[in-house]
Amino acid sequence: MKFVMMTLLGIALLGFGIAGPCFCESIAFGNKIFDQGTLKPVDSVLKIKTGDTAPDFALTSITGEEVRLSSYIGRKNVMLSFIPAAWTPVCSDQWPGYNIAEDIFRRYDTVLIGISTDPLPTLFAWTRDMGGLWFDVVSDFWPHGAVSETYGVLRSNGTAERAIVLIDKKGVIRFVHVGDINLRPDLGMLVREMEKLNP
Amino acid sequence: MRCIIHQNRMARVMWAVLIFFLFPGFIFSPAPVLSEEPAGRLDFLLPAPDNAVHRQYLGLSTDKPFSLGQIKAQVVIVEIFSMYCPVCQREAENINAVFRLIQSRPGLKDKVKLIGIGAGNSAYEVEFFREKYSIEFPLFSDTDFSIHKKIGEVRTPHFFCLSLDGNNGFSVFYSGTEAIETPEAFLQTLLKDSGIKTAP
Repeated sequence: MKFVMMTLLGIALLGFGIAGPCFCESIAFGNKIFDQGTLKPVDSVLKIKTGDTAPDFALTSITGEEVRLSSYIGRKNVMLSFIPAAWTPVCSDQWPGYNIAEDIFRRYDTVLIGISTDPLPTLFAWTRDMGGLWFDVVSDFWPHGAVSETYGVLRSNGTAERAIVLIDKKGVIRFVHVGDINLRPDLGMLVREMEKLNP
Repeated sequence: MRCIIHQNRMARVMWAVLIFFLFPGFIFSPAPVLSEEPAGRLDFLLPAPDNAVHRQYLGLSTDKPFSLGQIKAQVVIVEIFSMYCPVCQREAENINAVFRLIQSRPGLKDKVKLIGIGAGNSAYEVEFFREKYSIEFPLFSDTDFSIHKKIGEVRTPHFFCLSLDGNNGFSVFYSGTEAIETPEAFLQTLLKDSGIKTAP
């Protein structure tokens, strides 16, 4: 009896633990989305905080151009959107939403830069399936995850966290959010933080 | 004897723990679960829209949560969408056109109602989507995916078409994940399948 109960309990706990992440898959990606199941919510230790000067970087975008963070100092606020991996459920359910919010980012004089440790060809193909994006998408593939590591959002498996970093026109970090990798951050939160930079 | 009592107590505790984890929905579910529904029946609770025009459109006389069965219509079209879904974004104009087609026909507008459920979308995100695409019919937020889970975690965009089943509720006569090719053809197919009689 005890053995049966313990076995059932084990099965139940296993089932509870492997409940899938929260996402709603669009038909836009056909059957190409790779579901990794539920992942450890956060798997890194932040190396930045609000008030710090944002570490500069220069990464290549899917257009082939170099994107240098410091080039926006004095001109634009910058929002960095780190995502874990292309062709995965929650990530594929995040940037397409920002793609219809360009006017909000313009209103708050903020440029958006999407960052992933995926290689450029992968990011190129994936964002093409989104219908193209208005914002820069850059690859932190090589040296692998170097920028993500500098910010403290590189996970132990080489992917980035699902993180948002908002930097003002002086190059100072004003907001950092490293959320549960299995959940998409609410657009409303991003807008509220941009509003604070433009009272 | 003491050993048997101890075992019984342990078994009761184990069953309680087992039920807790096997059926977490009984305990945690934020989903507006209604009483058990017959096969084919689709129903869930939604908050009454803040917008009085939308409450009037749905035939609601209350500002309290309502079930689909309370919507005054013979047919209800439910679109499951997400503002993060590229196809839903592209399809917004088509579903708007379906709504306008329905509203433009006096014999139809009181019989067929249209609502949208934003799967995993916060109230802010649903409102943003509504403004972005000038959507006139009521949209509802399903922030925690509770409705999305209840209806089978469909992909988006997904359409459920429901007709009155004679027991003050709606049953599904069409369920499909697809893009609308032509608003007129989409509506005509649904009307034909619904069996309702419509004046031209």
